[in-house]
Amino acid sequence: MSFHPKMPYGTGWHRSERKLAELGPEFAYTPENQARFDAIVKRYPPEHRRSAILPALHLVQAQQGYITGHAMTFVAGQIGCTPADVEDVVSYYTMFFTQPVGTYVLYVCRTLSCALCGAERLTEALEEKLGIRAGQTDATGTFTLLEVECLGACDRAPVVMVNDEWHECARPEDAAALVDALRERGTAALTGCHLCVERRNGQ
Amino acid sequence: MTMQPILTQHVREPNSFTLDFYLRHQGYEGLKKALALPPNDIIEMVKQSGLRGRGGAGFPTGMKWQFVLKDTPKPKYIACNADESEPGTFKDHVLMERNPHLLIEGCAIACYAIGAKVAYIYIRGEFYHVQLALERALDEAYAAGWLGKNIQGSGFDCDVYVHRGAGAYEAGEETALLESLEGKRAQPRIKPPFPAVAGLYGCPTAVNNVETLCNVPLIVKNGAEWFTALGPEKNGGPKLYCISGHVARPGVYETSMSTTMKDLVFGADFAQGMANGRRLKAVIPGGSSVPILLPDQLDVPASFDGIQKAGSLLGSAGAIVMDDTTCMVWLAENLLHFYQHESCGKCTPCREGTDWLLKILRRIERGEGEMRDLDLLQSVADNINGKTLCAFGDAAATPVLTTLKHFRHEFEAHVREGGCPLHAGWRRRGTAAAAH
Ligand SMILES: Cc1cc2nc3c(=O)[nH]c(=O)nc-3n(C[C@H](O)[C@H](O)[C@H](O)COP(=O)(O)O)c2cc1C
Ligand code: FES
Repeated sequence: MSFHPKMPYGTGWHRSERKLAELGPEFAYTPENQARFDAIVKRYPPEHRRSAILPALHLVQAQQGYITGHAMTFVAGQIGCTPADVEDVVSYYTMFFTQPVGTYVLYVCRTLSCALCGAERLTEALEEKLGIRAGQTDATGTFTLLEVECLGACDRAPVVMVNDEWHECARPEDAAALVDALRERGTAALTGCHLCVERRNGQ
Repeated sequence: MTMQPILTQHVREPNSFTLDFYLRHQGYEGLKKALALPPNDIIEMVKQSGLRGRGGAGFPTGMKWQFVLKDTPKPKYIACNADESEPGTFKDHVLMERNPHLLIEGCAIACYAIGAKVAYIYIRGEFYHVQLALERALDEAYAAGWLGKNIQGSGFDCDVYVHRGAGAYEAGEETALLESLEGKRAQPRIKPPFPAVAGLYGCPTAVNNVETLCNVPLIVKNGAEWFTALGPEKNGGPKLYCISGHVARPGVYETSMSTTMKDLVFGADFAQGMANGRRLKAVIPGGSSVPILLPDQLDVPASFDGIQKAGSLLGSAGAIVMDDTTCMVWLAENLLHFYQHESCGKCTPCREGTDWLLKILRRIERGEGEMRDLDLLQSVADNINGKTLCAFGDAAATPVLTTLKHFRHEFEAHVREGGCPLHAGWRRRGTAAAAH
């Protein structure tokens, strides 16, 4: 079975079928996120507030880790659309989660250039180390392992994204050490994007 | 043939992304010059330069701008395509991270030329670090008066915003991008009307790739003739190539389009040939969506026209290189996994067809295929090709059609031998593959 956060293919779910998200706890933005949303929505014409749905959902996910039914209703209120409009968007884009995920989400690129450089072996090694299969979260809720499609950094294959950060040239034989380092040092253990040299040096 | 890098000349230098650095290297000179000219002259200049879109289709940018409806009370928009999701493509990534002001300058000139006041840069959701780099540059540009109201006293207002996607390859297709910008699912629209007539919010819009817009300030600054002289006829200007896969030195290389594909793969200035001393088996020259070129087909200019003559397409200029350990059935399966996963689901042939193609390919790769499956693959692919709203369908059928065309014997060997005869060491171990 291929992994797709919204649609476990092969188990009877079809792309056009809908599974309503859990309502979850009540949701409202923190004051900081509310201020961020209010600034972002001004980038679009007032009659097209709907354009701010994606940024609004990114803020929800940054705040709560995943997107619940209550959060969708909240976003609908902020935008001035129906919760169904929001759910339509959430259920389409693969980066939005409707269930809790681990502290670290490991997105291993599985597409051609990375696969040619050992991404399949890397996933295997991570599965072995974490004791889970791709698509699952470990029992402690620390790691979620996902296979994703081309991340746009194929010259540094295999590439792994960890939450919003980059880890490049990830060799299968280093997979176990990477997991340990993440446990110890958090995302400071990652290589980062080779293009962001200065910022990694603390500028 | 090599050419001094222009777009990426300074990207390896420290702090190349700052406004300070950019201004020290004649940054924003193009915008200054443009604002002193009538907008139509800019469009004329870009037309003269023959600049062709770097996003995949190679459509002339000047023409695209000219088609943008003029006589309308509606606002107009520039939508910069920074989705960069085509497998094997990672060039816009470098430009935005290391030379963001060039893109911002390009956006501002493009807005001025077509009469827009707002440009949205649609960036893929996974490029969060790139978004931060862009936004930092935007803040600098606003603070120094290169964006915002009355730019440098010219009376021209221009805003540029970054809009982050959330994981959808299809959002790179121009009309799907506009849908996504409007806060909907990234699914394509029926064309016509084209975005130039009815794009974002139903208003005239030009959708341009990052690299395309980065060329615009150079054309305005140095003139159309300078630009055309950099490459073969109708393929002028500098070009970024992304080379990945089994090569010794993968990376982004900037050169003229008279450079041959062979040089890009083997040249000392470029990818330096195969890694580990293996033999070259095949190259997909333009991102995963284009036909394969065989080793004896590479001695052609890596231009839009040159690659087309060789039987493939330049596409996004992402060349994926495979050595002789690569099983071509596995390759087709890998790419169809991508297309099946990314199909937006709007058109039936693509939504259902990609799923069937993947199922059949898996069956053959596992050794459970039959000879008639080869014809079935061909038939399903033919039923997707050209039968969908956007070019995704053709892109999805291509890996199957091209591997069947050049490597039919490998498919037959899988069926005959009941398994993959070429299971490379870098692939998933056999048992795990079956369970997957
Ligand atoms: C399925 C699909 C995906 C695409 N993805 C991208 C992309 O990621 N980046 C891009 O610039 N163009 C992409 N394109 C091409 C765009 O539709 C469009 O042609 C391009 O943005 C136009 O800009 P240009 O004229 O500057 O090349 C894609 C096209 C299709 C059909
Ligand atoms: S194939 Fe992995 S980043 Fe492109």
